[in-house]
Amino acid sequence: MVNQYEAVFIMTPVLSEDQIKETVKKFKDYLTKKGAEIVFEDNWAMRKLAYPIQKKSTGFYYLIEFKAEGNIIRDFEVAFKRDEKILRFLTVKLDKHAVIYNEKKRKKAKEEKKVEA
Amino acid sequence: MAQSNSDIKYLTPIAVDTKRKKYCRFKKSKIKYIDYKDPNFLMKFVNEQGKLLPRRITGTSSKYQKKVAQAVKRARHIALMPYVGDLLK
Repeated sequence: MVNQYEAVFIMTPVLSEDQIKETVKKFKDYLTKKGAEIVFEDNWAMRKLAYPIQKKSTGFYYLIEFKAEGNIIRDFEVAFKRDEKILRFLTVKLDKHAVIYNEKKRKKAKEEKKVEA
Repeated sequence: MAQSNSDIKYLTPIAVDTKRKKYCRFKKSKIKYIDYKDPNFLMKFVNEQGKLLPRRITGTSSKYQKKVAQAVKRARHIALMPYVGDLLK
């Protein structure tokens, strides 16, 4: 049964730009290798954390929204746990209201971009 | 305890003045999904210490209070909201 999921994860701020790209790429490849289809990605860049995690007060947030079979999520999270560059991660299964909400948000963001451009 | 309400001295006067009809803002504005990723919206349901506001204050229905609680806990997990805030306005 293919569900829609959303994974947010925080990377340590000490990484250089290409290290970040490389870790993000590693997880995206993992997903595509397992047959998941990535619907949307969002790089929130560096943000201040509400409380220090592992003695760090800022972190690189990254969001991946994807459609996948249920059984790959456990190994996906194990991959997160193993990677020490990831401070924290959260994968969430999206119900139908959430999917509609995300689409509407993306549509609005696109319109805003069009208006500016 | 025939003491009437006014005799009890409250440290801080309760904000609820007259008995206005509380309504569930989610039902009224037809919000179906509470996003755990935007903290400014969730801050409305949290008091100064960062604790969840009870339903008797916000007036939300049980179904949406559960969604709000879950969204706030998720936001806390990914450090968008503090577990223990101090006067976060």
